[in-house]
Amino acid sequence: MSTTFVNLSSAEERRAAANAIKDQSQERQKELIAGYFSSLAQAKANGKKVIYTFVPGNLTELIANFDLLPVLPEINALQNGMRGRTGDFIHLAEKGGHSEDVCTYVKADIGMLRSGNVGPTGEPLPKPDALLLSYTGCFTFLKWFELLRAEYDCPVIMLHTPYQGSGQITPAMREYVVKQLREVVIPKLEEISGKRYDEEKLKAALARSARAEEDLVGVLESAKCKPSPIDAYFGGVYYIGPIFTAFRGTQEAVDYYQLLRREVEERAAKKLGPVTPEGALEHERYRLVVEGPPNWTSFREFWKMFYGEGAVVVASSYTKVGGLYDRGFRHDASRPLESLADYCMGCYTNLSLPDRIDLLARYIEDYEADGFLINSVKSCNSFSSGQLLILRELERRTGRAGGFIESDLVDPRYFSAANIKNRLESYFQMIEAKRQRV
Amino acid sequence: MSIVVEQKEALDARIAPLLARAQALYEDLDLRAVQAWKSEDPSRRAIGFLPVYAPREVVHAAGALPVGIVGGGDQVEIVRGDSYFQSYICHLPRSVVELAVSGRLAPLDGFLFPSTCDVIRNLSGMFQILLPGKFVHYLDLPQNFDRRLGGEFYQHEMRTVAREVGKLTGIEVSDERLRASIVAWNANRAALRELRALRSERPWLVPTAEHYLVLRAGYLLPVEEHTRFVRDYLAAVRASARHPLDNIRVLVRGAFCEQPPVALLRTLERAGCYVVDDDFLQGAHLIPNDVREDGDPWEALSDAFLHGTVPTASIYDEKAEKGDALVRRVREQRVDGVILMAPSFCDPALLDQPMLQAALEKAKIPFTSFKYAEDTGQFQVIREQAGTFADAIKLWGSA
Ligand code: SF4
Ligand code: SF4
Repeated sequence: MSTTFVNLSSAEERRAAANAIKDQSQERQKELIAGYFSSLAQAKANGKKVIYTFVPGNLTELIANFDLLPVLPEINALQNGMRGRTGDFIHLAEKGGHSEDVCTYVKADIGMLRSGNVGPTGEPLPKPDALLLSYTGCFTFLKWFELLRAEYDCPVIMLHTPYQGSGQITPAMREYVVKQLREVVIPKLEEISGKRYDEEKLKAALARSARAEEDLVGVLESAKCKPSPIDAYFGGVYYIGPIFTAFRGTQEAVDYYQLLRREVEERAAKKLGPVTPEGALEHERYRLVVEGPPNWTSFREFWKMFYGEGAVVVASSYTKVGGLYDRGFRHDASRPLESLADYCMGCYTNLSLPDRIDLLARYIEDYEADGFLINSVKSCNSFSSGQLLILRELERRTGRAGGFIESDLVDPRYFSAANIKNRLESYFQMIEAKRQRV
Repeated sequence: MSIVVEQKEALDARIAPLLARAQALYEDLDLRAVQAWKSEDPSRRAIGFLPVYAPREVVHAAGALPVGIVGGGDQVEIVRGDSYFQSYICHLPRSVVELAVSGRLAPLDGFLFPSTCDVIRNLSGMFQILLPGKFVHYLDLPQNFDRRLGGEFYQHEMRTVAREVGKLTGIEVSDERLRASIVAWNANRAALRELRALRSERPWLVPTAEHYLVLRAGYLLPVEEHTRFVRDYLAAVRASARHPLDNIRVLVRGAFCEQPPVALLRTLERAGCYVVDDDFLQGAHLIPNDVREDGDPWEALSDAFLHGTVPTASIYDEKAEKGDALVRRVREQRVDGVILMAPSFCDPALLDQPMLQAALEKAKIPFTSFKYAEDTGQFQVIREQAGTFADAIKLWGSA
């Protein structure tokens, strides 16, 4: 960390400083996301064409290369979840024949569609001109877009992204993805947009992506400080917002991550804890690594169960679903399509289970965590299937306290606050007990 | 005793031993049959493959026995398997893990995990941890169906499997060997096609549970032996005196991965349904027609996968034709109604269902749907539901 250390005398001063810092980057983040949703609402009026696609392995720079706008159904679902709208949407989808067993992101999306396709900010969402099925790390994506294709009369562009079953990206895998980009995705995007592929433009965008990625890594790794200036899970989901969605490759993203990093470094220098909805966290009692996505319908309540106990998440896997930049990957302007291919295959949910365990074990060590916690969401087989083995292996390998809680992403029926709170309390006691023994 | 009855008993006596064998294989969760096959020659190897589909020809060409692993059904007591999976994950991986950690998969020298769904995908990683030292390969089947793209990638995948299995057996897969394997499997496909045709034509001759057991035997037996077995069964039932019942003709979809218990299949029949077409053990008949026997065998296998599979939930429906294909199949098979039965918590099958339902509704084809698990033990509700469905069709021609 480069900034000088400033000692703030009183708790009030520290809080005031913390909140002042919070405002700038958070405001900017909010503006970016709100601006994005309004641009979607006005897309058709502005003659813009729209591509629906998924977060993991997204091809944002390539979509922007053709002046197309991405719509990310997962983001709509989670934003709707945070605004308490998904319960009704899911109900509607289930009434229409969808099983209660399946991923609730899909049902929240279908329900939203059935309710008039008004997005989370209350503005209408444009219909897709194409569905870009960049199919990284989740089989449900495939079904999701088959379902959407039945609703909209538009083409689907399939990008089959091989899975890192053997823990690596082989040359054959890379070649397959690059060939699909060159021979399927790019020609189809050209056709839809009526614009030619511009590799120079793509290179410039990828260079900007890499700059923002560098700063994002700086932000996420600031959590190695004690106390951590960020919460890398609950706070982390705000930090990843712009880069995981429509902004990777833009100057806005470069500026935002620069600003964010500066702020975070200042916080670290001042030994400030993370910003929470109730101000800066003052005493870091537990440092945790978390695996699995958060719950969105009770996000604030869920977060409070952590910061209320002084628990800070210092690293999480969820903030890696849209790119594992802290393992060194950067978009690379010198090999544009190859680097997009590596990105697609490198997202967290595309890693093999042993590789996920290695990564989490490393986080636990590198971030000097007291323990790790798995939030297992009912919706997501991609994340959840195998998590109990992850728990066991991590306990065995690190000797740290492991916790396991269950909830869902956007189905409020599966968030049992009392139950989760109880489990967390016992979990924190377990950490205390381990400490005493040490 | 009349001659007819005597003759019937004599003929059924031909079926009985075949069924007893199929049943024994079905119950052979310790893989004694595999063990026996291996014991004939210490250099023999066996490779397990998970649902849905793996190109068994490649394993065969590498000199190994491909063995289908479809879970423990209702025959395995889950002692440890449940502690590996949350309640909202389907049942199949629990029993598979149970079989693995209890040592019952020990006769297998390696495993192929095809890209069926996220559960099987992650299970491949679990096996790497649970059975260290075993060959575990995630088999990425292509979702791009262009020969030069998905095809090339898939051929590379198959060659990797061939090489890795070949390391275990000491056999290099030449084009000749692979072609011979294709020929062996084509013979098997031909026998299965005949069996399915007979079932469709005269379903009373080939009860669903029997059809299933005969198919399932192919997940343990060497292919040549299974082909003979199917042919023996065909001959036996053709000569039998079985007679038709007043059952409706149904088609089943959604049961492609985790398998229903055999007792559930019998329940459907007892409830008045002849299942004349289904996707049980889909991997055994995903490619129903012959694979080209001339030219480049890798390409032939790849082409068969790219363009010769029947629609199933784990393969991307590029041309949006699964609804029409289902309706077409219903017409071809002169089916009275469709049963959409899917394993609980199975995302691929359950997310497919609304699309299939929409196609059936549009074509005014009666259907009913329910969920099951491989260890479902209570059939009363399913029996009533299937019975009501069958009765409604018999009475009014619609459910
Ligand atoms: S299964 Fe998981 S990764 Fe896939 S769409 Fe649902 S929440 Fe997303
Ligand atoms: S039953 Fe469905 S979810 Fe379970 S392993 Fe099979 S395909 Fe996957």
